[in-house]
Amino acid sequence: MSSQPDLRVKLGPLDLKNPVITASGTFGYGREYKDIVDPNLLGGIILKGLSLKPRAGNPPPRIVETPCGMLNAIGLANMGLDAFMKQELPRLQTLDTAVIANIYGHSIDEYGELAAALKGVDGISAIEVNISCPNVERGGMAFGTDPDVSAEVTGKVVRNTDKPVIVKLSPNVKDIRIIAKAVEEAGAHALSLINTITGMAIDIETRAPKLANITGGLSGPAIRPVAIHMVYQAVQTVDIPVIGVGGIMDSRDALEFLIAGAHAVQVGTANFVAPRATLDILEGLKIFCRDNDVAQISELIGSLKIAE
Amino acid sequence: MGLRSPEIVADAKPGQFVMIRVGSGIEPLLRRPFSICGRQGNDVFLVLYRVVGKGTAIMAETEKGGRLSVLGPLGNGFELPKPGQTVVLVAGGIGVAPLFSLAQAVKEKDIQFMAGFGSSDEIIRMDPINDLNGINISFSTDDGTKGHAGLVTDLLDEYLKKNRDRSDSMSLFICGPLPMLKRVAAMALDHNISCHASLESAMACGLGACQGCAVRSSSQEKTEFYHVCKDGPVFPIGTIDWNSL
Ligand SMILES: Cc1cc2nc3c(=O)[nH]c(=O)nc-3n(C[C@H](O)[C@H](O)[C@H](O)COP(=O)(O)OP(=O)(O)OC[C@H]3O[C@@H](n4cnc5c(N)ncnc54)[C@H](O)[C@@H]3O)c2cc1C
Ligand SMILES: Cc1cc2nc3c(=O)[nH]c(=O)nc-3n(C[C@H](O)[C@H](O)[C@H](O)COP(=O)(O)O)c2cc1C
Ligand code: FES
Repeated sequence: MSSQPDLRVKLGPLDLKNPVITASGTFGYGREYKDIVDPNLLGGIILKGLSLKPRAGNPPPRIVETPCGMLNAIGLANMGLDAFMKQELPRLQTLDTAVIANIYGHSIDEYGELAAALKGVDGISAIEVNISCPNVERGGMAFGTDPDVSAEVTGKVVRNTDKPVIVKLSPNVKDIRIIAKAVEEAGAHALSLINTITGMAIDIETRAPKLANITGGLSGPAIRPVAIHMVYQAVQTVDIPVIGVGGIMDSRDALEFLIAGAHAVQVGTANFVAPRATLDILEGLKIFCRDNDVAQISELIGSLKIAE
Repeated sequence: MGLRSPEIVADAKPGQFVMIRVGSGIEPLLRRPFSICGRQGNDVFLVLYRVVGKGTAIMAETEKGGRLSVLGPLGNGFELPKPGQTVVLVAGGIGVAPLFSLAQAVKEKDIQFMAGFGSSDEIIRMDPINDLNGINISFSTDDGTKGHAGLVTDLLDEYLKKNRDRSDSMSLFICGPLPMLKRVAAMALDHNISCHASLESAMACGLGACQGCAVRSSSQEKTEFYHVCKDGPVFPIGTIDWNSL
């Protein structure tokens, strides 16, 4: 096939020029990679998790490498809403790609306030809601582990914004399908999954946890099979589009998610290992489409074949 | 090892570092940070490393003429000392690496280089390749097999005592294991000497994006944490909360 494959995908109301997006917390505000990756070539960028007030984050050590992965306990460090609007937004408004704000709160009202603050703001294409963080009103249990609370957060954000709402699910749950369904019914336009898997590592010499926070979130290739399975489960449960995240290092990994049923993918830890990973993945997807006579990448979505 | 990259050599400042991808697979996953310790000509920079784990073990197997993926130069690097200053370099073990690059850059200045090692066979010399011939390095070894028997901080202590009246015109640059850095930092604060330390921290991105490399600042009003990869690796000692390390 000689013509360029059509890489465009739709995430409900949100149109992307291609399915490759950077994952929250792994690409900063895009600026950090400015000499390496032109964000305008990507389907979109998801910004570092944003909270109402600035947050310094957890004490170090915050990261530790594990087999084919890493644990992080950054503690959602970020500059807070006001500084974001002043320091980062103007530059982001000049980008020609989907800029997706990732928000988190410590109470349902905080989620609502953040969504309201970003309502109508030019240059923000959609909102991704991180529900994996601790809910202080409920003794620190993550919002995303309870279907009712997940739905409540989603509903609050949906009511407070005019933008497409993507809810990012936590894998640290008994049955992802129940949460996915609850969030869909509450009005989410799309789902992202998965966030990091809670894990822990111990230094056998000192017998102390390797992270100051004791536990951290596992990311990288180690979690990919779990992510693929959860995406597979979710797409069978909901009608809204799903974005696959977890351990994507190259275009083959990205294709695995698309075939499982994801409409787009997010690349996280791979940005650390190979800062150009997103661009390489994009190139690999084009080549795969060409080599396999796929005119539109959307043809691949959910093309999984399971013998009867 | 010497790595050929005219781009990195052209951009690099003393004290900056690179992130090296060891191997090409997903294990080990993350890049490893290494100081640029000097340059040869216009296209080769040097990295000095100690084999401490699986990543550095793989690096040691890299064959001559092989290719490695290197990200850099990264970080702030040393602020070069003002003219007329005596440059005092204090290194522990592999901590000599960034200080060699600084020494190479300021070699016409008055330099006092003190380096401590465990034993004489661990001493790392850079004179032949790094063109540091004129520079006088005094050594200390824990076992006394070379130079002063004891700590490199003893050498510094002695030097500072001898040159008490000149502390205004001294610039200290230090890199090494934490206990050494803490002692030297305390001495420098005591004598009110300008002092910069090159710090280490676990890193993932090296670009200021992941916030994994946080180190606690001494001034909560300014910021609670600095990031070693972006704000550092070189810090004026007064800006760091040494008790947190
Ligand atoms: C700015 C900077 C400059 C450095 N310069 C040099 C240098 O010039 N020469 C040199 O020999 N070493 C240097 N180091 C330390 C070097 O990065 C580690 O020794 C190396 O990462 C160990 O990797 P490994 O796989 O062999 O060890 P492992 O213990 O198997 O590594 C496991 C993980 O821990 C991290 N890690 C282990 N030790 C350190 C450490 N001391 N600092 C930061 N991360 C660590 C690794 O990067 C890896 O992610 C520097 C570190 C930093 C932050
Ligand atoms: C250092 C780091 C910081 C992260 N910060 C956030 C964040 O602020 N908000 C969020 O929703 N997810 C965050 N994540 C999770 C990633 O976006 C992603 O879901 C996860 O890492 C799995 O993808 P990966 O294996 O490709 O990294 C972070 C991950 C890492 C490694
Ligand atoms: S290593 Fe990622 S911010 Fe410093």
